[in-house]
Amino acid sequence: MRIGVVVFPGSNCDHDAWYALSHNLGRHAEFIWHDSASLGNVDAVVLPGGFAYGDYLRCGAIAKFSPVMKAVRKFAEDGGLVLGICNGFQILVESGLLPGALIRNRGLKFVCSDVTLRVETADSPFTAAASQRQLLRMPVAHGEGCYFADDRTLDMLEAEDRVALRYLDNPNGSLRDIAGILSERRNVMGMMPHPERAADALLGSCDGRLILESLVQSFVGSMQSNAA
Amino acid sequence: MSALTPSELDKVRSILGREPTEAEDGIFTVMWSEHCSYKSSRLHLRKLPTKGTRVLVGPGENAGIIDIGGDYAIAFKIESHNHPSFIEPFQGAATGVGGILRDIFTMGARPIAVLDALRFGPLDDPACGDRNRRILEGVVGGISHYGNCFGVPTVGGECVFEPCYNGNPLVNVFALGVFRKDEIFYGKASGVGNPVIYVGAKTGRDGIHGASMASAEFTEESKQKRPNVQVGDPFLEKLLLEACLEAMRTGAIVGIQDMGAAGLTCSTCEMGSRAGTGVEIDLSLVPQRETGMTPYEIMLSESQERMLLVAEAGREEEVFAVFRKWGLDAVTIGRVTGDGKLRVKNHGAVVAEIPNRELADEAPVYDRPHNAAPYRPAPVEAPEIPPSRDLTGDLIALLGSGDLCSKRWIWQQYDYTVRTNTLVGPGGDAAIVRIKETGTSIAMSLDGNSRYSVLSPREGAKLLVAECCRNLSTVGARPVAATNNLNFGNPERPEIMAQLVESIEGLGEACRFFETPITGGNVSLYNETLGEAIWPTPVLGIVGLMKTAAPVTIPFKGEARTVMLLGGLGSTDEARFGGTQYAKVVLSKIWGLPPALDMDYEKRVQAAIRDVVNSDLAESSHDVGDGGLAVALAECASGGIGAAIEIKTDLRPELALFHEGPSRVLISTIQPEAVEKIAREHGVVCERIGVTMKERLRIDNHSATWVDSPVVRLREVWENALEGLLAPAHV
Repeated sequence: MRIGVVVFPGSNCDHDAWYALSHNLGRHAEFIWHDSASLGNVDAVVLPGGFAYGDYLRCGAIAKFSPVMKAVRKFAEDGGLVLGICNGFQILVESGLLPGALIRNRGLKFVCSDVTLRVETADSPFTAAASQRQLLRMPVAHGEGCYFADDRTLDMLEAEDRVALRYLDNPNGSLRDIAGILSERRNVMGMMPHPERAADALLGSCDGRLILESLVQSFVGSMQSNAA
Repeated sequence: MSALTPSELDKVRSILGREPTEAEDGIFTVMWSEHCSYKSSRLHLRKLPTKGTRVLVGPGENAGIIDIGGDYAIAFKIESHNHPSFIEPFQGAATGVGGILRDIFTMGARPIAVLDALRFGPLDDPACGDRNRRILEGVVGGISHYGNCFGVPTVGGECVFEPCYNGNPLVNVFALGVFRKDEIFYGKASGVGNPVIYVGAKTGRDGIHGASMASAEFTEESKQKRPNVQVGDPFLEKLLLEACLEAMRTGAIVGIQDMGAAGLTCSTCEMGSRAGTGVEIDLSLVPQRETGMTPYEIMLSESQERMLLVAEAGREEEVFAVFRKWGLDAVTIGRVTGDGKLRVKNHGAVVAEIPNRELADEAPVYDRPHNAAPYRPAPVEAPEIPPSRDLTGDLIALLGSGDLCSKRWIWQQYDYTVRTNTLVGPGGDAAIVRIKETGTSIAMSLDGNSRYSVLSPREGAKLLVAECCRNLSTVGARPVAATNNLNFGNPERPEIMAQLVESIEGLGEACRFFETPITGGNVSLYNETLGEAIWPTPVLGIVGLMKTAAPVTIPFKGEARTVMLLGGLGSTDEARFGGTQYAKVVLSKIWGLPPALDMDYEKRVQAAIRDVVNSDLAESSHDVGDGGLAVALAECASGGIGAAIEIKTDLRPELALFHEGPSRVLISTIQPEAVEKIAREHGVVCERIGVTMKERLRIDNHSATWVDSPVVRLREVWENALEGLLAPAHV
């Protein structure tokens, strides 16, 4: 399996995601430069955290116009697995691949801390290795991570079982404590917390590996079922 | 009108053999400013130890470099941005971070950690509280803005409040980077004929005279200096980092230096001076974001996120291609010459021509008079110390004070986990980041105690070195090298100069003793407003090495563990109690002398705690520092597990609980005998002082109960105090 990590100018968790995938999980991970019109032959894409294009105008507002995002959109439409972490989540929302918006934290300040997440559904390629209601501990680090959408959208996300992760100790004021959501076809997930920062016991938690492992296993599983 | 003194101007005339032009006068003024030339401190800085087996690069380069083994090295340095942070807190602090990060990556190292030492006036100061709160919020916001976007974790630091910082807050930023030993770059303009290339942001009028502003006292007019403060763009700096490191890998770069204080002036003449070459540039080629800039303005601009590099002739295109990829300007603005001169042209016409070496290295050196007693606004005699009526209440007052309370409100705004190396982030005795490539981890401690330094600059400096080294030893790291930031008042006053000289001599003596050579640093003088100087504030950053392993941290981990005080209870008297936090917070006084330090004993305690920690004998480990034993115990209990402590002393309770004698470390363990064996081997005292227990912290002496409180109450006060102190800013 080959996992592509997109590098925008200003991405700063690209290397962390690459390291977690390649060293902690032992998978093949490679970087994809933002002005590349093709994703090569990767099997899944990670949009990493950071400040793509300086997050000028609005988080993710410029990144959505980069050439690579055209390819990511096509990849997602074809059912490819796309995981957006932090700034990557913001970019997915700006690109319309996920509904809602991410606005400034409730306290109007950047927040870096460990949070506890509850897995709301194990029925997704990003949470399948976890069990429903399992609690995961991992860091958040963002200034604009307050998930916001109108009631209809929020109701729809809940009705369709698309809220993947919720905060137990909501650090940013996200509506309905939402920390991560799925696309309609469940092949795209955005989450504000950083699973790649919780993939090594030395750093205090390995819970993030469950998210990354899910991604890997889902792909491998789908290959096997295709082959069968 | 020249800002040079008449004798300096004479020296300029003799170097040039004529009157300087306007641009030349400006160039000499910034290069010979206190900030760039260290003209008041240079003579004394020579007393510091700078060599050691691990030192690859010492003072004089952009950062010091230490060999960490396994083909890798670290570059680190501390810089102040005090004056700009007072005038414009957010941008002042942000560009302080940006400047020190460039110092690190200009040498080829990737920054992996930042720490900050901050000093403000008290947040509840009756006259200046409002402004102090605004400054703190701005400074923290600026550090957060710049470091988070750049993608370097801010893993620690400290923040202290004293009235002397009301008009002179201090922002000292430490940064550390890692690279392979064979990938070090220097700021040298070598190779006659090689192109001089300008990269990064365009030049504007911002920051002109920043270096000279930082070399003068504040007056009423200083508030009008806001345009002198630069504006930072961390996104651009992030691109510059990636582009520079990538361009370095092409092999086409000969030398590189960031444009910090004194901008293009400093980078050109220093690079030429180090290589013994000349540098010729034409200002009309410099990318500019404003029109009509004069040569004087272009040469003195301190616009941020710019670098100057010298490439191998004929290989420019390889460098340009990298910068194009990252969307950055890169243009050839001149050449290296063989005549040793900085020649500045504008559209072909020479506007300045100065010998590089004289400009960069021959700044006047002043032996400023220091034949006075160091300025000391505190009595020697101890006052009557009234018996405390409520020792638990005193402890709670200390835990809720600005200096001792949790700084979570601050560090939660810093991304301290990015780069996935942070083993211990803010709030520990020392911050620890791992080096993925080597299995080594780097521990860092940043400290300063101006209460001790104002009572005795020499003793204060020695205590500071001991404290930093102890912090590192407490987590199991061996201290190896240091960087210092000397923040003082006006050196033209002998009683201030005496503070500086004694501090440097104290640092030198202790750094020699603890084998932590100083590989570079910064001097910030003229920290005075309307004639009121700050207390002497040397800030020291020491780095230590350790094997990468699960860290031993401060909080008690379980019940029924033996609590031990390695080093013993220590001794004190009333005169040595005058610089403590108890004297400050409970008695609102300062007097006497700092705690007594026995360096030899201290060194043995440090060796012992390193052995204890590295033998996996300690479940928790915490240095006893500001606030003394009681505060250290309360911090150990911050995780929810308390302790029943029984100390056996004849000292009066205030002194026993709150004295700040050095050479003490608190641990909890299930193997007390093994700890005692190590202590004996090192010839240090180690006392069993109690047992951890659920929910309460109780401290008894013989049969008297001195302190008794639910842990949760202590923690609430400690955790929430800073937010409480800041709250008035929002009503």
